Amino acid sequence: MTGTSPMTRTTARRFDPFDFLARYGTLIALLLLILFNLVFTRNFATIQTLNVNLTQVCTIVIVAVGMTLVIATGGIDLSVGSLMAISGALAPMIFLGKIMPIGNIYLAVAAAMLVSIAVAGLFGLFNGWLISAFRIQPIVATLVLFIAGRGIAQVMTNGNLQTFRVPQFQFIGLGRVLGIPVQVILMLLIVLAAAWMLKRTVFGRQIIAIGGNERAAELSGIAVARVKLLVYAISGLCAGLAGLVVIAINSSSDANLVGLGMELDAIAAVAVGGTLLSGGKATIIGTLIGAMTIQLVRYTLLANGVPDAAALVVKAGIIILAVWIQQQGRAHA
Amino acid sequence: MDTDILLSMTGIDKRFAGIPALSAASFTVARGEVHALIGQNGAGKSTLIKVLTGYHRRDAGEVTFDGKPFEVSSPQQAQANGISTIYQEINLVPYRSLTENICLGREKRRFGLLDWASMHREAENLLQRFNIRADVRRPLMEFNTATQQMVAIARAIGFSAKLVIMDEPTSSLDEREVGVLFNVIRQLKQDGVSVVFVSHKLDELYAVCDRVTIMRDGRTVKTARMDDIEKIDLVSSMLGRSMEKTEGHATAFTARDEKNIGKVLLSADNLAVGQIVQDVSFTIRSGEIAGFAGLLGAGRTETARLVFGIDRLKAGAMTYGDKRFEPRRPSDAIAAGMGFCTEDRKSEGIVPDMSVAENMMLALMPKLAKSGVIDEKAQQEIVKRFIRQLGIKCSGPDQKVRELSGGNQQKVLLGRWLAMNPRLLILDEPTRGIDVGAKGEIQSLIKSLADQGLAVLMISSELEEVIEGADRVFVLRDGISVAEFGRAAATEDALMGAMAHGNAPVVAEARI
Repeated sequence: MTGTSPMTRTTARRFDPFDFLARYGTLIALLLLILFNLVFTRNFATIQTLNVNLTQVCTIVIVAVGMTLVIATGGIDLSVGSLMAISGALAPMIFLGKIMPIGNIYLAVAAAMLVSIAVAGLFGLFNGWLISAFRIQPIVATLVLFIAGRGIAQVMTNGNLQTFRVPQFQFIGLGRVLGIPVQVILMLLIVLAAAWMLKRTVFGRQIIAIGGNERAAELSGIAVARVKLLVYAISGLCAGLAGLVVIAINSSSDANLVGLGMELDAIAAVAVGGTLLSGGKATIIGTLIGAMTIQLVRYTLLANGVPDAAALVVKAGIIILAVWIQQQGRAHA
Repeated sequence: MDTDILLSMTGIDKRFAGIPALSAASFTVARGEVHALIGQNGAGKSTLIKVLTGYHRRDAGEVTFDGKPFEVSSPQQAQANGISTIYQEINLVPYRSLTENICLGREKRRFGLLDWASMHREAENLLQRFNIRADVRRPLMEFNTATQQMVAIARAIGFSAKLVIMDEPTSSLDEREVGVLFNVIRQLKQDGVSVVFVSHKLDELYAVCDRVTIMRDGRTVKTARMDDIEKIDLVSSMLGRSMEKTEGHATAFTARDEKNIGKVLLSADNLAVGQIVQDVSFTIRSGEIAGFAGLLGAGRTETARLVFGIDRLKAGAMTYGDKRFEPRRPSDAIAAGMGFCTEDRKSEGIVPDMSVAENMMLALMPKLAKSGVIDEKAQQEIVKRFIRQLGIKCSGPDQKVRELSGGNQQKVLLGRWLAMNPRLLILDEPTRGIDVGAKGEIQSLIKSLADQGLAVLMISSELEEVIEGADRVFVLRDGISVAEFGRAAATEDALMGAMAHGNAPVVAEARI
């Protein structure tokens, strides 16, 4: 019992390639992809390519940030795609004055955005309530809204496509500030805020502690139920915002399509980014990198003439590889 | 009885990662005998059973069963060969019917289809042997624990078991249900089936068992007829004590000054929850180390959980300070100035992937934060101070706690509570699984904390730890606090007597 424990000495002395890959693998993959594209893909090094890729990845990242927090507690949120559909259906109803006429368009847009995001947050709160009050498994609890949520959105709109041309609202999907798409700015703000929250605040530390050992967290006086409630609510809020961005880009809202399959894209981004799916270890920046890697793989394949169907298979392969490396890194650590 | 031996295990060795779990253990069970297998935590009972049922492969030794060498490589194979095990947590299929559970794995077929009629009949017949009439078509989950246990036994008998191993079968049963179970065991015995009965409740052993084998440190130290052995001998063999007193000091605890002990801080009266805590009363004073002694399953940990608000009281009351104390969750107890180092550090203590600092600050963090933002600098200072004070060996505050040794993890957890500046600290087996050097350090630490006025409730299965460490010892037996000893009166004889019989004279409480 002198000096450091034997475990420390081994990790300090020996380089573990799996541990290194688990930590930096995704970043390396992203850099390699960029390098590959610089050499082989025409017109890759342009602002336009950057903007195309960033705007496409934005909504996934926004949703994946909430998902990262949920997964960090050891849970999962399948309802995000449906919540996007709900907020996407609700917002046009408000700013088009279908619910009640609002004279000032700015007021209408503000109300539409706030209300629809808040509603998505409330549905997230409902998820958290099912999970913490009734101890229902997260995958089952959020399956409820995964199924019902899209139905609610369709009922709200009678299944009709809502089209609109409201520049004041569509600013969040089509506008630019200093040449940067607004949704990219939104995404970066959310990523930075969440990363800071996870690292520097009591709440963030408690999220990780719950995912790492829920019993121990509870016995240390952490209000586990409350933290979970909040985490699912945040995931709902993120999904709500992402839903608005999607309909703003499309100038239309189709309850059947908004956010379809988003839950899986978000989970994939989280997994590839290096967050443990079993909870207790999470990185928001990793999620951002994960989402961008998946996006860039798809772009690379498409830009080089590989059909989209094949790109999906490659995407699946990347996810498997990322999870495998993670597990190896863990087993070796 | 010795002429008709059903099972004989001799010279069984088993090592896990080089550490012996069984050494030269031997165990014989006669035909139609109910044989008790007892021992402390880690004595090797479950390893022995798992070696027998093929779950573990033995390193050395011989097993003969029913006159033939017995070689199986899985519990299923053991079952097919006549040895069935009924585990504490019943492993049946809750959503399927009684019949399906009883007949699972040996379904009857007719013309290639399942013959439900004959299977239902068989299930009914098997259950009727235990005087249970139940609709065998109903799913298992609709029945109470006792019936479920009977189903497990019926399933074992259905496999024409010659030996049934019951691992703490009574732990979740009430008195009446235990009675039913005992009748079943007697019935099995009449039918010539042998039973291995693992339990910590001594009275039960005398009620139903013919012989007993006592294990300690991976060895089978004694086998005797129940009629020939006194309770006190059972206890002393389990704990590895002879009735003659061992002299000298075995722990790092040293004598304490009575002056350090203050007013009563916590008093608990007639606490009860379920079967495991029935009637527990005790008091703890500031600056006092109160010890809980008792056999496994006596309700010590469960009592501590009540105090800390993890489980809710069914009956009884607590007073803390001068006020009535009714914790509804751990955070209530923490707010009242309590800390709890649990017995199971891995599953209830550390967050393995977090750093030493993060683990240590888990409880204090909200208090140190400024509007929710962690005060990293203040935390680092406190953590560094405790690493120094407690002598935690780590590469620094940022090392992952899972990389630390057991003793250092325990110190981190102590630090987690000490940082809160508590008034009462509950320590459940504070030195279990910790090497000798660190053990001594933790013991002297506990003493010096008490000297500074902290009230300590220490649960320990090591007799010398409670005898030398505690100012007062409360002995729990089958969920009842049966005796209280002051420092002078707490001898090994007295404690073991109370653990065995529960009727040792209660020493008048010396209030200051």
